[in-house]
Amino acid sequence: MFDVPDDTHYLDSHEWARRDDGTVRVGISDFAQDELGDVVFVELPGVGDDVSAGETFGVVESIKAVSDLYAPVSGEVTAVNDDLFDQPELVNDDPYGDGWMLEVALADESELDDLLSAEAYRDQIE
Amino acid sequence: MALRKPPLRERHAERGAKFTEFGGWDMPVEFDSIREEHTAVREAAGIFDVSHMGEIEVAGPDATALMQRLTTNDVTALSPGDSQYAAITDAEGAIIDDTVVYRLPTDDASYLFVPNAGHDEEIHDWWIDHRDEWDLDATVRNATDEYAMFAVQGPDAPDLVAEQTDAPIRNLSKFEAQYADVAGVDCWTARTGYTGEDGYELLVPTSEAETVWDAVDCQPCGLGARDTLRIEMGYLLSGQDFDHESNPRTPYEAGIGFTVKLDTEFLGRDALEAAHAEGVAEKFVGLTLLDRGVPRTGYDVTDEDGHVVGTVTSGTMSPTLNEPIALGYLPADHADPGTRVRVVVRGQQKRAKVVTPPFLEDY
Repeated sequence: MFDVPDDTHYLDSHEWARRDDGTVRVGISDFAQDELGDVVFVELPGVGDDVSAGETFGVVESIKAVSDLYAPVSGEVTAVNDDLFDQPELVNDDPYGDGWMLEVALADESELDDLLSAEAYRDQIE
Repeated sequence: MALRKPPLRERHAERGAKFTEFGGWDMPVEFDSIREEHTAVREAAGIFDVSHMGEIEVAGPDATALMQRLTTNDVTALSPGDSQYAAITDAEGAIIDDTVVYRLPTDDASYLFVPNAGHDEEIHDWWIDHRDEWDLDATVRNATDEYAMFAVQGPDAPDLVAEQTDAPIRNLSKFEAQYADVAGVDCWTARTGYTGEDGYELLVPTSEAETVWDAVDCQPCGLGARDTLRIEMGYLLSGQDFDHESNPRTPYEAGIGFTVKLDTEFLGRDALEAAHAEGVAEKFVGLTLLDRGVPRTGYDVTDEDGHVVGTVTSGTMSPTLNEPIALGYLPADHADPGTRVRVVVRGQQKRAKVVTPPFLEDY
């Protein structure tokens, strides 16, 4: 079955968000990377850009498909995973680890509460 | 309308394949990973279920005449067991479909040809209607449901298939075919394929499909890898790189002018003779992107000043080269290799240059 870590929040569009001190790390779920297949390209915002919860922040492309990426939370981008530009396959290999995409300075704590819990997300993809 | 299913649909599902609709068929698009499957075919071997391809049989005293008049190539050049790539054109010379025509090893000249997925009924009717109009004596049979079709492709493919038969199939040259007992099943065994690699296409009686599929021990591959492999070679995909309704193209525009034998009589010949004399306004070309991004079907191609001059008809990140590559049509004055153009990827103009397929060296 697909990996759905308990310490992580989810969007129904398959992005995840994980609190890490003052920032939130963002990526796509194991289910999403499996659905996409081989990831070959990731387009992400720059450090200092703002993202808004529910709005697109980038694109992930597999060999067969293009998918928009939606921000789970709002805030300023404080870090971008540059490794993905040369190794987009990290999204497939380690979606919750080395395949992370952004770190966002959380603007509104309550936005995390609006996301799906691991349990609710598991129910959605089963 | 219900999707048509290849005979091994459930077998593939049990194996964990993902499926896609293609030409009205429910086909495996990916078994493990497109990249993995693609690499297996380039470096070792892979087997594709391409049972969605059609099979039409043509026999009788006028079979040769009928085939000659409905395909652009010269079927009289075929000896029994030979095959040729050909276009099927309308009276205006626009491609209706592309196909491989096999001459069967029967006493009387008879043929089997393979239209693309979802075209078998239309092409069958096209043959029947013209046979009747021209009053030719030939039987035309749509045998699509009687055959499974597998393509075994890659440098190891000849060994893998040869292991399963005592027939001298290694002696077949490219585009030659024979009936051979493969894994105990009488198969039409053809040294043809659509990946750029050596290998065979096997036409297998539907009831024996599983026996043959199981006997050939290599990476199962889906239509996803088939697409990336054929794009790397610059091969056309019916319905995408040409489409009789939405994107009608002559064989000259589509880069398959070599299939047109103007010294034969066929439907569309006069139009194509004129097109040949005039030269084409647009050409089918390869593009490599110099910037990051993935070109996709329908993306605009512009000149360096940003004026739209063409369209991508097929594109992908090449698994072999790890570079973004595309196929599409450009005006003849933008089609020379090395010409700089742009591909518009989600509103951004990405630098690209025109190349002559195949994208891979040594093919």
